[in-house]
Amino acid sequence: MSALPISAAKISVRNLDFFYGDNQALKDIRLDIPERQITAFIGPSGCGKTTLLRVFNRMYSLYPGQRASGDVLLDNENILSTQMDLNRLRARVGMVFQAPTPFPMSIYDNIAFGVRRHEPLRRTQMDERVEQSLRQAALWDEVKDNLKGSGLGLSGGQQQRLCIARAVAVKPEVILLDEPTSALDPIATLKIEELVNELRDQFTIVIVTHNMQQAARVSDYTAFMYLGEMVEFGHTNQLFTNPGKKQTEDYITGRFG
Amino acid sequence: MAEVDPHISHRFDEELQEIRAMVLAMGNLVEEQIANAIQALQTGDSALAREIISRDYEVNNYEVHIEEECIGIIARQQPAAGDLRLVMTIIKTVADLERMGDKAAKIADMALAMVHDGLRSASPALLRDIDSMAKYALDMLRRAMDALARADAEAAIEVAKGDEMLNQEYRSAMRRLITYMLEDPRIITQAIDVLFIAKAIERIGDHARNICDHVIYLAKGKNVRHLPIEQVAESLQRE
Repeated sequence: MSALPISAAKISVRNLDFFYGDNQALKDIRLDIPERQITAFIGPSGCGKTTLLRVFNRMYSLYPGQRASGDVLLDNENILSTQMDLNRLRARVGMVFQAPTPFPMSIYDNIAFGVRRHEPLRRTQMDERVEQSLRQAALWDEVKDNLKGSGLGLSGGQQQRLCIARAVAVKPEVILLDEPTSALDPIATLKIEELVNELRDQFTIVIVTHNMQQAARVSDYTAFMYLGEMVEFGHTNQLFTNPGKKQTEDYITGRFG
Repeated sequence: MAEVDPHISHRFDEELQEIRAMVLAMGNLVEEQIANAIQALQTGDSALAREIISRDYEVNNYEVHIEEECIGIIARQQPAAGDLRLVMTIIKTVADLERMGDKAAKIADMALAMVHDGLRSASPALLRDIDSMAKYALDMLRRAMDALARADAEAAIEVAKGDEMLNQEYRSAMRRLITYMLEDPRIITQAIDVLFIAKAIERIGDHARNICDHVIYLAKGKNVRHLPIEQVAESLQRE
């Protein structure tokens, strides 16, 4: 068995606790998210996987009563620090949500909107960025003749790829995907999975999924969480053929959950 | 096989239970075929030999049927972890059992040929080693299937360790047969037949050893194919 992880850690989680008011949702999480690899979080509802994902871009800071303690290092910089510039953090750590959330504006502006907030680009540069992002999201060929059309006019799968294009447009280092295909049909799901696989060379990707087969298909590493604890983290192949913990085995073989 | 917690899906449990039961039944049939083949050889019972040959299709049917069931389970249930290893172990085990069944049919074939050549059976001197080798190989098969039923890696290692003994038996049998042939060239044809039978039994032992490798994979998640058994035992002990 090879040691974990192979590549350098992009995000290092150390002794992380997380609370919703008095309710502790994460307990002493320790984890290294390998750089430019795909890491999947799996576990039953309420295990804390989405909570953990939302710590990585401080999404929880939007809500009073939610707090985290411990260290979460993004390239050795503690993102939990009060000095952390959240706008800059969220440009470095992008997020795509469960249900596609295009803005009620044109396809072009959906992508340009976020870019404008971080970089003053000239028109031609912006055109290039929009095209590049749509190409990265494998959406360009389908929308190139309709960039002025509304983002809401696209199909569910296309909308989700638009959201991924929007996320990659600001050139983040990490992309967080929270159940990105749970609202999509199987073919649209496979397209997103293929896209995620192509993005792996350029971004560190963390995906939360209820679909265990999806975690098995797309990820390099898988973390199994249960009741707010990190039960097991390992190479996806290893975890799905010979997990180290009985809880993991019971979950992935459908014995509880 | 070792008792485990039930799945949420009863149907999945039933399907796994079914392939387990079938592979064990197939093991029993193959064991019976081998034992009967040796008996037919020793007694010159051509009716029994014919029965073995005609029953080989039952062994083949088991293989095809179990394999189909396993593929169905993979397609529909997407087994993971221990379930996946069980399904893979069974797919590999039935292939080894089927080859053992072929060896039994081949021995029965040879027994028939000897009767056809006007011999009730080969001379007891020539068959001397066959009896003990066959008992040994059958014992390996029985214990390997038992280890499979209990997903018992330690038992599998013990059985696998015995395979070298059978290989040695085969080499001494070969040396003795060569000596007989040198002494009396008239028995060369018969002695060569017996040599092939000894080789078939030695191969049965190899397949039993393969099953042990599959059991170790099932129980420990480690692929130990083509490793010396001492090395396997050592690496499992270090865990």
